[in-house]
Amino acid sequence: MEKTLEAPAEEPLHVHGPLGVAVGSVTRTFSGRRGEVTALAGMSLRAAPHEVLAVVGPSGCGKSTLLELICGLQRPDSGTVRADPAVLMPQRDLLLPWRSALDNAALAPRVQGLSREAARARARPLFARFGLAGFERARPDELSGGMRQRVAFLRTLLAGKPVLCLDEPFAALDALTRQEMQSWLAGALAAEPRTVVLVTHDVEEAVVLADRVVVMSPRPGRAVAELAVSASRPRRRTDPALLALREQAMAALEAA
Amino acid sequence: MLAALIVLALFGAWELYADLGGVDQLILPPPHDVASSLWNDRGYLWHNLQVTGGEVLLGILVALAAGLVLALAMHLSPTLRRAIYPLLMASQTIPIVVVAPLLVTWLGFDLTPKLFIVGLVCFFPVVVSTLDALASVDAEQLKLMRTLGASRVKTLLHVETPSALPGLFSGAKIAVVTSMIGAVLAEQAGSSDGLGHVITYATGQLQTAQAYAAVALLSLFAVILFALLAALERWALPWARTARKAT
Repeated sequence: MEKTLEAPAEEPLHVHGPLGVAVGSVTRTFSGRRGEVTALAGMSLRAAPHEVLAVVGPSGCGKSTLLELICGLQRPDSGTVRADPAVLMPQRDLLLPWRSALDNAALAPRVQGLSREAARARARPLFARFGLAGFERARPDELSGGMRQRVAFLRTLLAGKPVLCLDEPFAALDALTRQEMQSWLAGALAAEPRTVVLVTHDVEEAVVLADRVVVMSPRPGRAVAELAVSASRPRRRTDPALLALREQAMAALEAA
Repeated sequence: MLAALIVLALFGAWELYADLGGVDQLILPPPHDVASSLWNDRGYLWHNLQVTGGEVLLGILVALAAGLVLALAMHLSPTLRRAIYPLLMASQTIPIVVVAPLLVTWLGFDLTPKLFIVGLVCFFPVVVSTLDALASVDAEQLKLMRTLGASRVKTLLHVETPSALPGLFSGAKIAVVTSMIGAVLAEQAGSSDGLGHVITYATGQLQTAQAYAAVALLSLFAVILFALLAALERWALPWARTARKAT
């Protein structure tokens, strides 16, 4: 079924935010059954518009709390969070099992008030552009882990928000699929530039994908080091400059 | 298959006991008497099965619709939930055998008191299982919906309600079974037809075989309804089975 598209299919979605993300000495404490837990203490970071910022840190250092603050799902106890509207991509894909892949990707436009067909029309061109053509009608349980994360990422893009908060998006995948997905994400972000805050515990993932890497301390989390990744894209994981940066980031993590 | 064998063995034991155990056939008719009553009185039984079946189906539909609405309301409002939950449980302790005749005098001999009683016994399983299913939606999923720009109502519509449908079906399957008892009790309290009426009347006339035939029909109807519901669930919610397998 060939048909001529009136607008070029490669055209990006045009999402701009003037602020990027600015987190200024934020503290966040939760009171639980075992007393108070301080997740973040004096955490600061900044991501310029269309910058890809990776945040690495040990487990439980408050990385997820940080993303929820940026997304406006929580408020800081002290400090400031200023950010353009942000959308969350959690570690688990959380695709709705009764919806097709296309309808899952089109979830945001659908809940924002578009008709089913109009929402699908938004998602369809992205399927072709990002390697999901032919999987539109598949149900989530028919897709591989990597495919599910692709659909989840398209759902995140289609929310139409300038900031993407990715919470260890590939942590649940096997090593090979993870590398494949990192290259895929790099390509997707080159085609659809966004301000990205990528939380990960994988230092290699951070240096391969990000413009800048922020290293966090164990709980209570705060930024202890910041590394600029100036290597040009597309990047190769074996690039000596990237390997050196990995070493630096690992050293910063251990020192924290 | 195994169920059929067990039923067959039970019928065999019953037949032997009724024929050789020295029990009066008016007290315990052998299965072949029940079977011949099923055949000989088929017109009469069929008419009454239709009456009871109609009450049951309509009562379950009323309970499902009202149960879904109430479960959604209670899910949205914790205050309402706290206020209504105890009342809901209290409603299940009402001894229907005692209340049914009062309801009949109050609401009349027609369909209304039967629907009320069937609805009353079906309502609780429907509300509780739907409410549980609504509450079991992942907290992270709800956060995700907020950042995708979904309002509370849209999240309810697109995420929580579909997630609760398997729960609604579980409730409906329990309701099918309890609704039979409700319908029979309602009919025995005051009615001129229906299988409950048949049982009361036949027992009074010492036509025990016919009473047992009515009971057999009731059980068969419940089993068929249950199976239909399970098939409907598989057809309407194919994703629910694979999701359950995965977890």
